This record gives sequence, structure tokens and C-alpha cells, in this order.
Amino acid sequence: MAEGALLAVSNLQVWYGESHILHGVAFEVRAGEVVTLLGRNGAGKTTTLKAIMGIVARRSGSVRFENRELIGRASNEIARAGIAFCPEERGIFASLDVEENLLLPPQVRPGGLTLPAIYELFPNIKERLTSQGTKLSGGEQQMLAIGRILRTGARLLLLDEPTEGLAPVIIQQIGKTIRTLKERGFTILLVEQNFRFAATVADRYYVMEHGRVIDRFSNSDLDANIGKLHEYLGV
Amino acid sequence: MFEIFGIPSQALFGQLLIGLINGSFYALLSLGLAVIFGMLNIINFSHGAQYMMGAFAAYLLLAHTGLNYWFALVLAPLVVGAFGIAVERLLLRWIYRLDHLYGLLLTFGLALIIEGVTRNYYGSAGLPYAMPEALRGGQNLGFMFLPNYRAWVIVASLTVCLATWFVIERTRLGAYLRAATENPTLVNAFGINVPMMITLTYGFGVALAAFAGVMAAPIYNVSPQMGSELIIVVFAVVVIGGMGSILGAILTGFGLGVIEGLTKVFFPEASNTVIFVIMAIVLLVRPAGLFGRRV
Repeated sequence: MAEGALLAVSNLQVWYGESHILHGVAFEVRAGEVVTLLGRNGAGKTTTLKAIMGIVARRSGSVRFENRELIGRASNEIARAGIAFCPEERGIFASLDVEENLLLPPQVRPGGLTLPAIYELFPNIKERLTSQGTKLSGGEQQMLAIGRILRTGARLLLLDEPTEGLAPVIIQQIGKTIRTLKERGFTILLVEQNFRFAATVADRYYVMEHGRVIDRFSNSDLDANIGKLHEYLGV
Repeated sequence: MFEIFGIPSQALFGQLLIGLINGSFYALLSLGLAVIFGMLNIINFSHGAQYMMGAFAAYLLLAHTGLNYWFALVLAPLVVGAFGIAVERLLLRWIYRLDHLYGLLLTFGLALIIEGVTRNYYGSAGLPYAMPEALRGGQNLGFMFLPNYRAWVIVASLTVCLATWFVIERTRLGAYLRAATENPTLVNAFGINVPMMITLTYGFGVALAAFAGVMAAPIYNVSPQMGSELIIVVFAVVVIGGMGSILGAILTGFGLGVIEGLTKVFFPEASNTVIFVIMAIVLLVRPAGLFGRRV
């Protein structure tokens, strides 16, 4: 493991029942970086995030966060270690109003964003606090899903396809938010299919295929690798 | 004395009161079932046995330690709730991933065992439990006589039901519970200990049953089969109200108690079946129940 990595994943294996989904995934994320996992549907990107978070049935290998091994830990302990997860389906609760959704994740460490700071990032949320969570538009739900994990004090955010199904103007706002969060010192591991969006926020990329990391490059090498990337992603 | 629809007021209000009393027990028990089902996805068929355990705990506390009704009202739910926690940890935990049927069979088997063991030691004739001193007697309201203990049962049940509703619908803890009911995996991934919450929820639901059992002890005989007689009706109440709806369980419990009482006045022959007739109609018209959010 390289010195200074906030998150170091090595030889990560995951099984769902009889299916072997991840075959030794390895990558690392340094403090303050925005790192993106790219890859086609079914490449194992979401499973990688879930495995880090401890919400897959069977996993092995190593997930080290701040030099602590998390692979055998329960999901709630992993969250308390300082990692927050924003799932692809957003996970807004229908039986909770917007404010309850926002206040749901408990604070795991000091130093999270305050509510006013979150409202400043997402002004729409403040106007809808008493609405039922799932009555929000898709974009607002995504902002709520991101907003609620900023309070917790977690320094590493796992964002699973935050732009999926959203209008271009909303995607721009999410991109701006991610850059703001990076400026505030958050470390972000992003899963994206939309590499044009990823290119506006990420420092580095890992490309996944068939449950493995098959390539990596930094944002400055993006142009040189664009042909290869098109081939990987089939776009 | 006056008459309403040709029925003497004493009879009408008397049955209305009995309806409210029964409704108090229906509400407490179906509330516990709804809370447990919402969080554990388990249809707790041992709920009636746990209600009976509450009544027996009250009886045993008085007989062996001299602790009276008021102590029993606090201690019995704690003891029986702790038993529930042990059941969740040792048995229920292993079957969450399986079909509903397994939870139903397991808790039904458990109910048979609890009832059988109790019958073995205490017979089935039933044991008397004295009404607490402070709640004997009653008030003459002019149009009817209101026994103090019955008034207490209605007030206590309403209070506990509404407090439970308030905690679940209006507090942070309740938000955790509602969220974990929807998506336990994600709530766990936020750092909330969901397995612990599930254990405590089952313990709480069981404690509610035991609380109802203590309140029932001075009215009905304390007997091993007191739970199984009641629980069939309570399940009909839950089906009518809709599985997993808190307010639905409370309102349906009291409402059906009253309907049952009034049926006794106006058409006594149907009083034992009216709840099941309503259940059949609700199942035909609204399969998810009157307050059910999903099937």
C-alpha cells in the first residue's frame, strides 16, 4: 500500500450466492482527491462501493481506511469509521419528510457541514423541508441524498452515479457541488458511466471491466487516452 | 333511564363501554403486531401467548412476592419484553431472509409451547386476580354506571397507544424506525445499528402485549388460553386496519371494539362474527387494509 492513501483497496473479491462478481479489485484514493470508477454496466463499479460499505453478502481481500482494516466490519461500524454512501437509487425514504431524511444519518465525527451550509449548497431543499421525501423531483432527491451525508462528519464520500437520469442543468449543479466539496476537503470516490461529466470533476480515473480494474490514468492524461476510453466504455 | 332506538340507555351505553374495553385490548395488541411486522416482517403469532404471559407475570408477582398491580404494570412488560428479546436473538434472527410463512410457523409453535407449559403447571380453569384497591367501585353518570377500572383501562390503553404513535411518527428515534422499515440496509450503512433496533423493537412489541395482559388480569380470568381466544380477533383487526400501519392499528382496534359492542345490542346473534364479516368485505374491497400503504 502506498503511503498517504486515505482508502486503499486490494484484492477485493465479492460473491453473490454462487456468482463471483469482483475478482481482486485494487485501487487507492488519497485524501482530498476526487477519484472516478468508470466502466460499462455490470463491470462491478456499484458492487465495489457496496463492498467498501460492507453491504454485500460475502467479500474478502482488504479495504483499508485511514490505515484501519474494514473488511470484516459490519456496515454500521464502517459508516462510523467515517465513510458515507450515496446509493445509485438515492435511497430517499417515502415515510420520512425532507427534513427527517436530511437529519437521518447520525453524526459520526465532528466537522460535518452545518445545516445552513447544506442549504446554501442546495437552496431547493430548504424550501421543501416538510414535503414527503419521495415527492421531490429526481434532481432534488439527488441533492437531498448528497446533502444528508455531508452533515455526518464523514470525510470520504462514495457517490454512485449521482447524475443518472438528470437534466443537464441539474448535472451541472451537481458537478459544481462536487468541486465545492473537494475545495472543502472532502475526499470523493465517484462511480460514473458519464465520463464527460466525470472529466469536469475528477482528478484520476480507474477503469473497471468484468469485476477487475483494467486501467488507470489521471485527468491530465485524459485526452491522450480518449480513444482507449471510448473502446472500454463502448461509446 | 331513557331509550334510544327502542333500546334502554343502560344497555346501549353498557355495551358501548364493553366495546371500548375490548377495543382497548384490540388496539394495544394490534399495535404491537403492526410495530413488529413493520420492522421484522414477521407475523408474530405468539403475541397472544405473550399477552397471557403478562397476565401470569402479574399473578405470580402478587402470589409470590406480594408486588401489587401497579408494580406488575411496570415489571411484567419488562420481564416478558426481555423474554421477547431472547426469542429474537436466539430464534427469529435466523429466519428473516426466509418467506413470511417460516416466521408465522415459528411464532405459532412458540405460542403452543408457552400455552402448553403454562397449562401443565396452572391448569386451564383460570386464576382470579384481584382488582387494585384504588380502582374499585364506579361512577353513576346518570345514563349509565361506569366502573372505575374499566375507565382506567380505556384511558391507559389510549395513552400508551398515542404515546407509541407519537414516538414513531414524530421523533428522531421514530424516523430511524420508519426508515429502517423501508430500507434497513441503507440505514445500517448510515451508521445506525439496525440489528439492535430490530431486537429492541420486538422486545417493545412483546412488552406492549404483556402490558395489555396485566390490564386484562383483573377483568378476565388469568388462564393459559386467554391469549389464543383473543388473538384470532386481533389478527382480523390487523387485517382490516392494514399490516404495518400504526395509526391504522389503533383506530381499527377501538373502532371494531365499538362496532362489536353495538352489534351485541342491535343484533346479538351476529356479535361474534361481525368482525370477520367486516374483514371479508375489507379484503374484497381493499386488500391492503383500510390504512395499509402496500400489500
